[in-house]
Amino acid sequence: MHEVSTHPVAHQHTAPTGFIRKYVFSLDHKVIGKQYYGLALVSVFIGMVLSWLLRIHLAYPDYHIPFLSKLSASGAPGGVMTPEYYLSLLTMHGTLMVFFVLTNAPFAAFGNYFLPIQIGAEDMAFPRFNMMSFWTTFAAFVVMMASFFVADGPPISGWTAYAPLSAVGGDAGPGLALGQDLWAISIAIFCIASLLGALNFIATTLDLRARGMSLMRMPYSTWAWFVTSVIALLAFAVLLPACVLLILDRVAGTSFFIPAGLVLSDKLQPHSGGSPLLWQHLFWFFGHPEVYIAILPSIGIIATILPVFTRRPLLGPKALIGSMVAIGFLSYMVWGHHMFVSGMNPFSANIFSIPTLIITIPATIMTLLLTASLYGAKMRFDTPALFCLGFISVFISGGISGFYLAQPSLDTYLHATYFVVAHFHFVMAVASLFGVFAGTYFWFPKMFGRMMSESLGKWHFWLTFLGVYCVFMPMHYLGLVGNVRRYSAFVDDYLAPLIPVHRFITIAALLTGAAQLIFLWNLIWSRFRGPVAPENPWEATSLEWSTTSPPPFDNFGGKHPVVYHGPNEFGVDGPDGSDFLMQTAAPKNS
Amino acid sequence: MGVDVQDDIAVGQRLGGSGLPPVTKDTRLPNVALSERPERSETGVWIGIFAIVMTFAALTSAMIVREGVALDWQRFQLPKILYLDTLILFFSSWTFETALAKMKEGENHFSESMAWLCITLALGGSFVIGQGIAWRVLAGQGLFLATNPSSSFFYVFTAAHALHLVGGILGLGYLIYKLKRTGSAARTTGIRATSLYWHFMDGLWFYLFVILLVRM
Repeated sequence: MHEVSTHPVAHQHTAPTGFIRKYVFSLDHKVIGKQYYGLALVSVFIGMVLSWLLRIHLAYPDYHIPFLSKLSASGAPGGVMTPEYYLSLLTMHGTLMVFFVLTNAPFAAFGNYFLPIQIGAEDMAFPRFNMMSFWTTFAAFVVMMASFFVADGPPISGWTAYAPLSAVGGDAGPGLALGQDLWAISIAIFCIASLLGALNFIATTLDLRARGMSLMRMPYSTWAWFVTSVIALLAFAVLLPACVLLILDRVAGTSFFIPAGLVLSDKLQPHSGGSPLLWQHLFWFFGHPEVYIAILPSIGIIATILPVFTRRPLLGPKALIGSMVAIGFLSYMVWGHHMFVSGMNPFSANIFSIPTLIITIPATIMTLLLTASLYGAKMRFDTPALFCLGFISVFISGGISGFYLAQPSLDTYLHATYFVVAHFHFVMAVASLFGVFAGTYFWFPKMFGRMMSESLGKWHFWLTFLGVYCVFMPMHYLGLVGNVRRYSAFVDDYLAPLIPVHRFITIAALLTGAAQLIFLWNLIWSRFRGPVAPENPWEATSLEWSTTSPPPFDNFGGKHPVVYHGPNEFGVDGPDGSDFLMQTAAPKNS
Repeated sequence: MGVDVQDDIAVGQRLGGSGLPPVTKDTRLPNVALSERPERSETGVWIGIFAIVMTFAALTSAMIVREGVALDWQRFQLPKILYLDTLILFFSSWTFETALAKMKEGENHFSESMAWLCITLALGGSFVIGQGIAWRVLAGQGLFLATNPSSSFFYVFTAAHALHLVGGILGLGYLIYKLKRTGSAARTTGIRATSLYWHFMDGLWFYLFVILLVRM
């Protein structure tokens, strides 16, 4: 049910026709969403190839990778990477994946495309900021990639850029001169882009909701994007000044993070009195909320998609939304749990462990609600549904290890081992990407007007699902037996017997990565050859399914939707014998 | 026309939405008085204020940590011009409010309010120039960015604030340009948003000035 506009509307921008305004410097949130998705797709494939290189080197330390010596003659002489170049590639893998994939894909890409449509708006509140936000992100990406091509290559300080290693410059090792400069500048630019994006998401949600779209009637994905944008606004506002201080330490000779008396390469560093821990505090004050920036949108996406395929309303919608808000709030109190082994006061570690354990409560509530919603479902096993189930599985698998890591006494042993690698890859990376996959299979028909191939989708799901378990489950075992992380090769008597496990993981990683080519092919093939999508192929309720596939420039063809229901109306007596009510379906008595 | 829009908003709010017109592009706004007009640019500034507060809170905590972590913190005398600068910025908030008051009095006070806005703009510019003079004074005493952690934080705080204020000056300049073009306060968007940001910059400076007085 729509009403024709009676508002005194004069469009400031109409649908552009030129290529540049339509596809490059577009103000349309849908195009910007696709641009973010494309950038995340490029980043994820680069990040994945980097992980292949790292895994191959770990399992077969003497194997010559032919093209690697062309990328860096000094970093990989003869195609075998040096320990330092291993760390350079590890830094880039982490940075690309956390910033340009896990932040961009579930939040910026899908949020840009669907947040305005799901609340019945024509565009974001500030379309120009929105365009700037994407192109600033793109600039950050270009600067980051440039570090591959400077002398010494990318920095070796990891995606967390721990000071003083990241702050002192080229004396400390390869990649710490220009490579680290580029890293810090790129992340500072990324912060600005994310702040602009978050500002837009919040203003849009607050100001542009359609008639009847009360906050509690917003789909869970919109709620998740909204809460995430609040988290992002406050988190990136801290990382930005931290990066500025880091850059000043590097180029202007200040001493924010560099202690006195530091001697590197036989040279006394001209700094005094700075605190390396200060960087860790500032970084993790951003860094832990960043984990929720990566995972909350995917939880929202899953909670939106799952009921569509169970054909039952999601249990406890208010508890789910409350849990998201609680996580957003608590995410600012737990940063210290990344620093249990940093030399921080052990008393502080105990203090930080309490909110860390408390934050598992809303996370558990959400997981239980999703799982319990499956009870008695008439499940439709389409590909988006499979990825929803896969999400629940990997989120639980990764979440459970979090209970152990939240205890300082256990974390002291496990922190620098593969146990942590297993934990955060499952709970943050794989879970978030399963949300992105579910969202892609679910919304592709809306975004491109064509259905994706179901059989390719199912192959993709099963290979990926089994693959990630083969990759990350054994890492728990490696961690428990004391296999340290961040090392480029395990050659001593103690760790060498673990090489067969590493080989198994590497082969699984190569195969799981190769399975992503099925996904890529499915995207490309379906974009041009997929069956034409109807308006509402999944019989979903939210507003994006009440407009054409793909939606017109102004989303609803000059009409303004009026909302009468929440998004949870499944398993009801719908019109024409259907079992659902669209959010725009007028009540029978009206 | 103005009444229609207010009714529309009320209906929207009763139904549960935000109540603002369900369009996203800044449109020709109806001819309602300045104080009643809903503007999303104001929402944007409020959100921006939260982010800026967070940035300066992070810098403040960094300063407290850095001061306590080593014994190399050296106090220095703040340049006297900062007191004058503080007065200038306070005065500019008053001139901005005077301009808004003139606008509310009616369209026949339009040119007066424009004059007050131009004075505000000039005061903002003077403040930034004053900050530049303060930096020169410190440099003359041999206090540069990297001289001591205290001078590092002084330059970081004042430069970060000046950068944000330059944003406000550009915004105010654009607002004056728009007012000149439309010739009417009622048909110009972003007035309240700009004034909100301006006052926030004023308040932020007062906070920083106190912090600098106590710590430098």
